[in-house]
Amino acid sequence: MSTLAHIFEAEGMATIAFGSIKSQIESTAPPRGLWCDFPLGRPLGVPGDPEFQHRVLATAFDLLQSPEPIFAEYDVTIPDDETEVLACPMPPRHDPDAHPAVDEANGMRPAYERAIAKYGNRVGAGRAVQVDDIANAIEAFVRVAEGTPWKEAGIPGIPSRVSQDIRGYYETAALALSDHAPSAWAGTRWFLDHTEAGKVVMAARQAMADAGENNPIWFYMAPGDR
Amino acid sequence: MADSDIKAMTANLDAVEFDETAFTEPVPLSEAKVAIVTSASLHHPDDEDFSPMDTGYRVLKSEIRDYVMGHWSPNFDATGFALDINTVFPIDRLEELATQGVIGSVADEHLAYAGNQFELSAIRMDSGPAGAKLLKEQGVDIVLLTPV
Repeated sequence: MSTLAHIFEAEGMATIAFGSIKSQIESTAPPRGLWCDFPLGRPLGVPGDPEFQHRVLATAFDLLQSPEPIFAEYDVTIPDDETEVLACPMPPRHDPDAHPAVDEANGMRPAYERAIAKYGNRVGAGRAVQVDDIANAIEAFVRVAEGTPWKEAGIPGIPSRVSQDIRGYYETAALALSDHAPSAWAGTRWFLDHTEAGKVVMAARQAMADAGENNPIWFYMAPGDR
Repeated sequence: MADSDIKAMTANLDAVEFDETAFTEPVPLSEAKVAIVTSASLHHPDDEDFSPMDTGYRVLKSEIRDYVMGHWSPNFDATGFALDINTVFPIDRLEELATQGVIGSVADEHLAYAGNQFELSAIRMDSGPAGAKLLKEQGVDIVLLTPV
């Protein structure tokens, strides 16, 4: 981001670069940089809070008054407590013959559709896997977790992209199931640790790692600290 | 899993260093046309999705707010954007500021790049200057750059 600031500034436009990782924005040193200690993915801070977002923007625009390059730190921090998990009801078991993760994913569909109707499909399925094929994608990861080589398991795309679509499907559905806006990472922790599909994705990832597959093939199926 | 752990993973990546810092004297904010450039890999649904190491950019229109997240990295929270596009792409906030007269106007077109890049020469030499030229031709004066 800060690299682009240098390029755009050189073309005659004044820039203000937001940064979420302090050392990165300090080392790339854009002409005007504002480090906001907010969770990754939320550079303006708080979703659905226009006043908060306006305060951040006002601080950014204030940097234009500096007659020379400037780096500033926003005076409000939004910490990740590292433990909060999204709380929402889970669909009851419906098809006893289906894998629990597949049954769960199918049960999530009405909530997913409600969330799409309310917010639009911003992060949900559709990059590698269409929503109708989410259950099939989960079944493919079940096979990987049970020992099938990933190239023979029928994964409908690059594994990291497929897992991203499954995570997006669940996190989008959760927006319709939860009665509050989740804090950052609460939805991801919920998906990875508290859903059957998340457990399948993590088990498949581990199986691929144990099988000696190239790191990028499985590593990016989940956040890098997992 | 923690935000601080993921930030720590990327904190020491080699950074691009510039010998000189370009600096453009801004026009008065109340007269400025403002655009957003994001590294969140946003695109319109009908536009080409970003590939894993895509160094290009996509044009984001102000009028059509059907932006989708095309980023390949799993290392950020996506629910903020899912709930409110302004968490990443503050287009509504800019329009409110334009209505209030705080900024002059909002550009009709904005840009998205893919932030998950390790090799930046193509962006520095090609797509970066091309994107800047596109905005400059629109009369953009000020650019806000947002990551994820």
